[in-house]
Amino acid sequence: MSRQPEAWQAWPRRHLLGAAGAWLLLAGTPARAVSSSTLAEVVRHWAGGRPVSQGRVTLEISPLVENGNAVPITVRVDSTMTAGDRVQEIIVFNEKNPQRDVVRFQFGPAAGRAEASTRIRLATSQQLVALARMADGSQWQHTVDVVVTLAACIDG
Amino acid sequence: MADTPKTRSLITLPEAPRKGVPFEVRALLGHPMENGLRPDGYGNVVPRRLVTAFECTLDGVLVLRADLFPAIAANPYLAFWVRADGPAILRFEWLGDNGFAHRETRALQPL
Repeated sequence: MSRQPEAWQAWPRRHLLGAAGAWLLLAGTPARAVSSSTLAEVVRHWAGGRPVSQGRVTLEISPLVENGNAVPITVRVDSTMTAGDRVQEIIVFNEKNPQRDVVRFQFGPAAGRAEASTRIRLATSQQLVALARMADGSQWQHTVDVVVTLAACIDG
Repeated sequence: MADTPKTRSLITLPEAPRKGVPFEVRALLGHPMENGLRPDGYGNVVPRRLVTAFECTLDGVLVLRADLFPAIAANPYLAFWVRADGPAILRFEWLGDNGFAHRETRALQPL
């Protein structure tokens, strides 16, 4: 079965890939909020020029993630949750997802502990950081590296 | 695309919470959490449809407010701790794109 190759088949593969990439870029631009800022920039912006210390906040996540579509995480601050020692917020940022923000928790007076769990998506192996801001203005962070074997966000 | 009106949630509370002792509440909402980045089988981008906020209150007093970003997995699951000093109503509210809202209430009778 000898058949003349179609025009697109004769095209070098990398041109096709390039065209596909350009199309994705064009098609995707208005809809997606892809953040180009780095993790360090995002953390610096959150900190608002004030110091961020290591400790107090814990980000619990499996170091080796088999399925990036639903990764359990827990964030926790060792706090008595009394008036003077209240946690204002805990926020989680990622390094390499399309958008840096993951989740932000604010705890109210009826919260039993400064602890919350959820499930997140991870696009690839990367760094995650949990940041906590206390009522006294002190800021804390915990950085974790995770390896992801099956990535989210690129299926379909 | 209109949001499907019938979302379901699963809220797990301890059988016998104690007064003044923190207990864990787990809340799961059945929702696809389309992040607006994923192409469908025809190469068209599936429109964004996310749950973006969650709030739990105990008799009107805030327990937890969560801002959920596209990195939250489908069927958003949240677990957190509540302390109740007496009988109270726990209210759960999820808000999302296209005016999505899902609300639940649970009565607490701590011993």
